[in-house]
Amino acid sequence: MLSIENLNVTAKNGEKILKDFSLTVEPSQVCAIMGPNGCGKSTFANVIAGHPDYDCTGRMDYQGQSLLEMEPHMRAALGIFVAFQSPVSIPGVNNLFFMKTIVNAKRKREGLDSLDASDFLDLVAEKSKMVGLDRSFWDRSLNDDFSGGERKRNDILQMLLLEPKLMILDETDSGLDIDSMKLVSNAVNSLKKKGNSIIVITHYQRLLDYIKPDVVKVMQAGNIKASGKMELVKRLEKEGYNWLSQSS
Amino acid sequence: MNEQKVIDDAVSNQYQHGFVTNISQEKLAPGLDESVIHWISKKKKEPEFVLEFRLKAYRYWLGLEMPNWAALNIEPIDFQSISYYAAVNNQPKYESLDDVDPELLKTYERLGIPLYEQKKLAGVAVDAIFDSVSVATTYKDVLAKSGVIFCSFSEACQLHPELVKRYLGKVVPYQDNYFAALNSAVFSDGSFVYIPKGVRCPMELSTYFRINAANTGQFERTLIIAEKESYVSYLEGCTAPMRDENQLHAAVVELYAHENAEIKYSTVQNWYPGDENGKGGIYNFVTKRGKCAENFAKISWTQVETGSAITWKYPSVVLMGDNSVGEFYSVAVTKHHQQADTGSKMFHIGKNTKSCIVSKGISADKSKNSYRGKVHVRSLATGSRSFTQCDSLLIGPNAVANTFPYIDCEQADAKIEHEATTSKIDDLQMLYCNQRGLRPKEALPMIVNGFCKDVFDQLPMEFAAEIQQLLEISLENSIG
Repeated sequence: MLSIENLNVTAKNGEKILKDFSLTVEPSQVCAIMGPNGCGKSTFANVIAGHPDYDCTGRMDYQGQSLLEMEPHMRAALGIFVAFQSPVSIPGVNNLFFMKTIVNAKRKREGLDSLDASDFLDLVAEKSKMVGLDRSFWDRSLNDDFSGGERKRNDILQMLLLEPKLMILDETDSGLDIDSMKLVSNAVNSLKKKGNSIIVITHYQRLLDYIKPDVVKVMQAGNIKASGKMELVKRLEKEGYNWLSQSS
Repeated sequence: MNEQKVIDDAVSNQYQHGFVTNISQEKLAPGLDESVIHWISKKKKEPEFVLEFRLKAYRYWLGLEMPNWAALNIEPIDFQSISYYAAVNNQPKYESLDDVDPELLKTYERLGIPLYEQKKLAGVAVDAIFDSVSVATTYKDVLAKSGVIFCSFSEACQLHPELVKRYLGKVVPYQDNYFAALNSAVFSDGSFVYIPKGVRCPMELSTYFRINAANTGQFERTLIIAEKESYVSYLEGCTAPMRDENQLHAAVVELYAHENAEIKYSTVQNWYPGDENGKGGIYNFVTKRGKCAENFAKISWTQVETGSAITWKYPSVVLMGDNSVGEFYSVAVTKHHQQADTGSKMFHIGKNTKSCIVSKGISADKSKNSYRGKVHVRSLATGSRSFTQCDSLLIGPNAVANTFPYIDCEQADAKIEHEATTSKIDDLQMLYCNQRGLRPKEALPMIVNGFCKDVFDQLPMEFAAEIQQLLEISLENSIG
């Protein structure tokens, strides 16, 4: 599904963030990425989205197509969704209107008619419930004056509406209380359909207890330093990241 | 990178209202002297006092020089090469729509302005001005039942001379400025509105202005009078054909609000902006002012300016009455080589007067967009408050935005706030929308619409969709 080889990513200020980064995510696979602050996890998510502030070399293929030269909206059109660590607010743009626009843009790409108002509202009502956002969020400006947790849930709501094939969740659990985390995990799990892959970037075991990863990768200093399964997560919870540098 | 591509992509899109109507017209030969003014006045069968007003203004104008303080590059205007009157042949005023040249009605249909009542937007009365004369005013009868007068300015001069005499030039005297003096001398047509005491005007009033003839100036004059405890909401829309030469539009709008009256005046200005090389387009040099003459009066201006080669205007409010309120909400979009120097003036004279200015300037491409505003609190205006917020949004690396706020305060008790921001289209907002599958050309108008929301919220409901569409088209024209 996603195949990355020797990806090197440099920020505008010249700082090298990812160094010879390689990662393969299979169809239907759930891959967890962990690692200390500043190791390049979020950069990785941003690079997949197509953030304009990075220079990238190397190879990053999705379903056999090279992503690096592709515009962000083209990547999204292929079914890639990034739930950002800090979703931006867009003042004045109505949240419900935004959802309707992205849903109908997707339907248009697929050759379907736009949803009419009542079908759309039914759909949003159903999906909003899954992430615990009530109607009062619909009429607000997109992410404007939302708390951190509300923004995260709003991103997951958009993800539920778009039903992407490759999902990257960048610290979606931070800022969520336990109940919200359960809701969000269940919502994410509902998208675990045949063939769909998920990359979960997180600091904590808790989210991974709900969204059970098939593989766990640990990053440090711009590269993947360890691979394993849930035992690896348990070791990190216990011992932290120090052993990584000792062992390498 | 995306953004630049978007900008380049759609520069080729064209102005939608740029067609010319082939219609038999009566047009005065170019040139301006006293005989021209006599001719116009006679043509319009005006009472003597109007002619006198025109001549006084003309003589005053002769002694003036064109001002040059604005942040604008204006090609010299040859006032002798302009024709000061153009009208559709036959009679200048029609008894009913059946008399109107079908070609003319087609023009308005192409512009999306339905004149036939059954086709009209629910509850909007329309006055249509084609070059120098009013073509048709709809819903007159319905309005007359509540005592509202809504007619062309020329008609008002003939039928309601006492009202015209009492108010003409009382808010914008002909000595006010260069273009106000010129307008006062040669004004063609415009709308006249009178709302009697205690009447809430039963529908939105609307005027559409269309410049058609070549080498013609349009000098409309609009006067709105709201008697005690009355209310009116009025909207004007403007378009013009594409022509290589610049055309001058120098209007004067006067609003007069008595005690407890409220006037809401909205403008959707989409004159031809010139081509992508800056050739042609309308010079939109307009004087708009309202007077809250008595206590608790309220005047609010809302403008959406997307057209014109140069926009140069400052809709203002004189807050004479105690507790009167003045508001100004503006969205000005410039692209290609368009220039705008626009903003508002608020004069606080009465006690406890309030003013609010919200200005959103959006400049794309090589255009230049300046906010210029003045808040003047006079010494007797105790307890007055004023709030200004002007936000500029730049699209592309070559666009320019300026802010020139002037504050003049003679009353220590007054509270004056001013906030200003300048930003570029936010890369992260763009990325966010793109990541959700929206193309840059879909995302941009959405983000800009959000940026303008505070102002759009002030427009009459009936026109909300129209405005969104206009913004989308005009952004498409220039950026994507």
